[in-house]
Amino acid sequence: AIPVRSSRLPLLSDAMPAPAHLFPLIRNCEISRICSTVCYCHHKHLCCLSSHFAHSHFRYAPQKKFAALCRPKENFNHFIHVRDYASTPQRFYLTPPQVNSILKANEYSFKVPEFDGKNVSSVLGFDSNQLPANAPIEDRRSAATCLQTRGMLLGVFDGHAGCACAQAVSERLFYYIAVSLLPHETLLEIENAVESGRALLPILQWHKHPNDYFSKEASKLYFNSLRTYWQELIDLNSGETTDVKEALINAFKRLDNDISLEAQVGDPNSFLNYLVLRVAFSGATACVAHVDGVDLHIANTGDSRAMLGVQEEDGSWSAVNLSYDHNAQNEHEVERVKMEHPKSEEKSLVKQDRLLGLLMPFRAFGDVKFKWSIELQKRVVESGPDQLNDNEYTKFIPPNYHTPPYLTAEPEVIYHKLRPQDKFLVLATDGLWETMHRQDVARIVGEYLTGVHHQQPIAVGGYKVTLGQMHGLLTERRARISSVFEDQNAATHLIRHAVGNNEFGTVDHERLSKMLSLPEELARMYRDDITIIVVQFNSHVIGACQNEEL
Amino acid sequence: AAGMFLRLLSDVRWRAANPKWRRMTCSQRSTSSTAEPHPVSLPAQAQVVICGGGIMGTSVAYHLSKMGWKDIVLLEQGRLAAGTTRFCAGIVSTARHLSIELKMADYSNKLYQQLEQETGVKTGYVKTGSISLAQTQDRLISLKRIASSLNVMGIPCEIITPKQVAQLHPLINIHDLVGAMYVPEDALVSSANVSLALATAASWNGVQIHERTSVSHVSVHKGHVTGVETDRGQIQCQYFVNCAGQWAYELGHSGEEPVNIPLHACEHFYLLTHPLKEPLASNLPTIVDPDGRIYIRNWQGGILSGGFEKNPKPLFTEGRNQLEIQNLQEDWDHFEPLLSALLRRMPDLEALQIMQLVNCPESFTPDMRCIMGESPTVRGYFVLAGMNSAGISYGGGAGKYLAEWMVDGYPSENVWPLDLKRFGTLQSSRTFLRHRVMEVMPLMCDLKVPRWDFQTGRQLRTSPLYDRLDAQGARWMEKHGFERVKYFVPPGKDLLDLDQSKTFYKPDWFDIVGSEVKCCKEAVCVIDMSSFTKFEISSTGDQALESLQYLFSNDLDVPVGHVVHTGMLNEKGGYENDCSIARLSKRSFFMISPTDQQVHCWAWLKNRLPDDSNLTMEDVTWKYTALNLIGPRAVDVLSELSYAPITPEHFPSLFCKEMSVGYANGIRVMSITHTGEPGFMLYIPIEYALHVYNEVMNMGQKYGIRNAGYYALRSLRVEKFFAFWGQDLDAFTTPMECGREFQVKLEKGTQFVGQEALLEQKQNGVYKRFTMFILEDHDTDMDLWPWWGEPIFRNGRYVGKTTSSAYSYTLERHVCLGFVQHFDEKTGEELVVTTDFINQGEYEIDIAGQRFQAKAKLYPFSSLFTHRRRKDEVELSGYQRE
Repeated sequence: AIPVRSSRLPLLSDAMPAPAHLFPLIRNCEISRICSTVCYCHHKHLCCLSSHFAHSHFRYAPQKKFAALCRPKENFNHFIHVRDYASTPQRFYLTPPQVNSILKANEYSFKVPEFDGKNVSSVLGFDSNQLPANAPIEDRRSAATCLQTRGMLLGVFDGHAGCACAQAVSERLFYYIAVSLLPHETLLEIENAVESGRALLPILQWHKHPNDYFSKEASKLYFNSLRTYWQELIDLNSGETTDVKEALINAFKRLDNDISLEAQVGDPNSFLNYLVLRVAFSGATACVAHVDGVDLHIANTGDSRAMLGVQEEDGSWSAVNLSYDHNAQNEHEVERVKMEHPKSEEKSLVKQDRLLGLLMPFRAFGDVKFKWSIELQKRVVESGPDQLNDNEYTKFIPPNYHTPPYLTAEPEVIYHKLRPQDKFLVLATDGLWETMHRQDVARIVGEYLTGVHHQQPIAVGGYKVTLGQMHGLLTERRARISSVFEDQNAATHLIRHAVGNNEFGTVDHERLSKMLSLPEELARMYRDDITIIVVQFNSHVIGACQNEEL
Repeated sequence: AAGMFLRLLSDVRWRAANPKWRRMTCSQRSTSSTAEPHPVSLPAQAQVVICGGGIMGTSVAYHLSKMGWKDIVLLEQGRLAAGTTRFCAGIVSTARHLSIELKMADYSNKLYQQLEQETGVKTGYVKTGSISLAQTQDRLISLKRIASSLNVMGIPCEIITPKQVAQLHPLINIHDLVGAMYVPEDALVSSANVSLALATAASWNGVQIHERTSVSHVSVHKGHVTGVETDRGQIQCQYFVNCAGQWAYELGHSGEEPVNIPLHACEHFYLLTHPLKEPLASNLPTIVDPDGRIYIRNWQGGILSGGFEKNPKPLFTEGRNQLEIQNLQEDWDHFEPLLSALLRRMPDLEALQIMQLVNCPESFTPDMRCIMGESPTVRGYFVLAGMNSAGISYGGGAGKYLAEWMVDGYPSENVWPLDLKRFGTLQSSRTFLRHRVMEVMPLMCDLKVPRWDFQTGRQLRTSPLYDRLDAQGARWMEKHGFERVKYFVPPGKDLLDLDQSKTFYKPDWFDIVGSEVKCCKEAVCVIDMSSFTKFEISSTGDQALESLQYLFSNDLDVPVGHVVHTGMLNEKGGYENDCSIARLSKRSFFMISPTDQQVHCWAWLKNRLPDDSNLTMEDVTWKYTALNLIGPRAVDVLSELSYAPITPEHFPSLFCKEMSVGYANGIRVMSITHTGEPGFMLYIPIEYALHVYNEVMNMGQKYGIRNAGYYALRSLRVEKFFAFWGQDLDAFTTPMECGREFQVKLEKGTQFVGQEALLEQKQNGVYKRFTMFILEDHDTDMDLWPWWGEPIFRNGRYVGKTTSSAYSYTLERHVCLGFVQHFDEKTGEELVVTTDFINQGEYEIDIAGQRFQAKAKLYPFSSLFTHRRRKDEVELSGYQRE
């Protein structure tokens, strides 16, 4: 019997048949949670196959901790250690203000400016935030408004084997997309300006958090590659209007291609030379949204995810997926990979849910180890700088590597026509989706944005509830409400839930405090980097667009 | 839920045709809608109609019928005891701050105890005792003060240690307690059954009870109740009693002549649980944990626990009548803080199973005290409502006092603190009530410290100088809706926050008020005293003088321009009002009374002045701003501003002149200050107020003038032994008892109200005597401060209570004023109090259980009076209650 009309209560009722004294035990004991978190490996790259290889193979200069964690024995030791840690109450806890300052360190909000008191854009604005687990964080985020065409670009990038590739993609991808979308005349105008040394038309207006940086050193190199791209586009002039879907696919592929080429060609500047190699040998997934009026395109490469928050007529919230994960859980992806390689490789292609037994995402930028031929890899590494040569990881060739490329950056593009009930879009790296179901994400963000908290009143009726159980439940409910008021940013609010949620779906300060006070070397065991962008749509504008068409 | 309540408050239905209570079972309850096919018709007339069949209505009926009134009809819109009474937690607790409330609760307890025997109705009365817990030292002080009051009333009560608490109650967590108060005779009852028992006894005495009959309105003719209209017909009656509980406000406003009954309902929650594994004993003491804002009583082997949360939910603001209170929504989220407090107090209850969260609306009043008495506008319209969730504790006593009021003209105790007439129309705004009750309900559990002010419903009535004074650092208190200055915080000086300033010890404003007092003594201060009630009574002939001579005890036939202090007495010689009356002309009088007399005094005079169109009375309170110029240099300021000689030869004490001050003409200047200090009251038409104030302040600068507030005023008047009506004086105090014989002219040639009683007192002596006490061994910095209501001991025996107190900056001692009685050592009989009796005793004042030696005086220190007075008349009057 469920005595309380609350979606969360089945959890409580499950506990109920147990003797009453067990209940607080279950509530307070972290073991079940810790087991599940520890046993699940967050590293999408390489780590869980560690039993096959000596860990020294994976030594990658900036990633010593990363490598150390890969050893199963150490893993186990950590697990034991963690249990001690969790059951030791005298460990210091962060105060709520300390927790808040950690959570809010990277938060950023952008509100689309209004003209004449009106916002004619279908986007009201967006909130974004990220919480590092790796040091340094390997996730990146970008947001920009296209200035020469209409629309807004937003993206999250999840790096692996370092952050170099994610950083490069976050700086460059939107330029490639914007250029792909530009009409022929604008491209000509830009090229002429560059040619004659005149000021360039601005292409993008970036919306950046102070912590989001662009590398100055590589800008010239990146610009030249971009210029080559648009020059080719000018030459190819088809005269047709640019299709967004096609533009997105072209931009993704072209950028990945440029990353690959730059690494092959190298650069006379040794710093840049090492940079382009690091970019190419690390990897990044990308999930990018292009919003223009009611037209929403999601281009996704890898296992980040885009989700639409929809408010039903009864006020409740539901989630619509706007991307497919490119990983072993996606049958179509597995099928695609198998199709692209000879039948003889079928068994070695996907092992332990990883590409070639190594890589979790099945599509990614960079990662030339999965794209280049063995010869090319050897040649580049040998001619490359010493740092690269000393690195065991870059030298290591994936097993069963017969018919490269095994990996592509080509995105899957999904088009969605926005409706008035589509209230917001969540772009987030897998760090979020590992901990939260999309339905919960939709509800939490929806309730946050509308300020309405659909907490059903509790009624005991004739059911069996003890004072202690009721007290626990009420405390959770109160925490849920108070957590909303602490955050001015929907992404922060989501992170708070992702990290601090207990089995009642409410933020537990104690847990949140523990998770955030984990030492660097442990943080990665419990959670992945989380990056979130929440885009809020303007239902009035969307409704008006719809009516116009009718 | 219904089934449960049947066990809780055994539901009984009244059968008018067969006046016997018949217990109903569950199944009968469900069919009760079809029962009662032939309701007995209403009588055409009755002496008294009582509306409301809850604990109040039945108690009034019970007591009226006991006192010999038989022709009584009680109407209940639903069924008897089915409203708030039915859901009441049933705790009878005598631990009350106000002595009249304490007396009511004590009487109720004794009444309920024998009710089962008297009526045969099972009332569920169990003497469990109650324990009030203190988590802080301040709370313990508060409990000790109550304990002192209870002990001198003869109610057993002791302060106990946390360990003793644990011995009395097995489940309590005592780790955060500093002490507790144990009242062993407190009890539990089934409140609905108590109500039914009272109804049973009343019906035996002839009271007719009609259920399912609702009163639509009360008919009034010439300011007198004539009957009631119900949905089942009309009943003619002389008296109507509004006991409609939370609907009393609406019912009061339903007639053509509205009766303002300022109360407002709030949701109140309590929890019921299943029995413990080892069911709790039925005689386990009730726990009150005011710091946790909860109470916990045993209930059928489990517990019943509710409380007074910080964020109450007012309801029915727009007014909504419903037949019976349906089970309102349970709100667990709202109850969470109280549940936390409960589990903190009794952690072992975690595993206890919940039965229900009961939502039971309770009505609250603007000052946390109940409302009783006769309407000031409609004679014969009585009210008893607004119990602030202590209905069961007060029910018996309140019903008794109201019955006495109706039968005898006034209750046997002073009930002014509960009198409906302490409110006027200004407290009947729904917005005001809604906001105020949200403050009042949490206050039930808050610490009651001296000099506490309500924070909501403020700035309603203000003087025209409000903003000017506020800008100069005024701190405000409120009386009858009027903002009055407590003191002025000098620039650059910060006082504590409101919450932190709560103390039973020396307050943070001590030095501020001290310097204001000093200025009053040495230079001149100005106090805005505009809140005073002001009436003008005039006539074409001698009617005004004749009427006033009859209604007031002093001789008002004085030369024009004289001011007379006089009591407005009742037949027993007690003070109904204490006022100053200036004779403006042969035929017109200007009367100044305390602020909260506005409604009471008006009604009293209206009912007694002859119905003569040539005699007019006007309330001019709002027309005048009153400035009190206190101090030896007041005379200099005033004479410079008016170019008129103001020396004592030209302007002796107790004179009134219209003169110009600055540019403004027609200012009524009176040579009184209500403090015994030299100075003047300026009654200024409000449009001149700012001008006169500015002139006074400018001119006063060279004499060292400054603003002062009521705290300074109180210190001055208490050290001068001035009694204030409402604080020291009440309807049971005569001028003889407070040393004011000189304000009574027994031989003034005309009869006056109270004359006989006073003559008798003069012959036989008085049974209590107003006395001033100087605390001897009291350390102002370290010891608890006296407030009022502290027991007075003479030679170790209780002889009375203090009524007010203040620190005298002149004497550098605390001064308490209070009444001394003389109880026979053997019989406890009250004996005459003689001057010798007062003078020949060793006195102690009990402050929260600690006794301080005090010196008793019957006359003020003459050295404190520095100026000449007219003849033998000393100015002894004052108007405010702190």
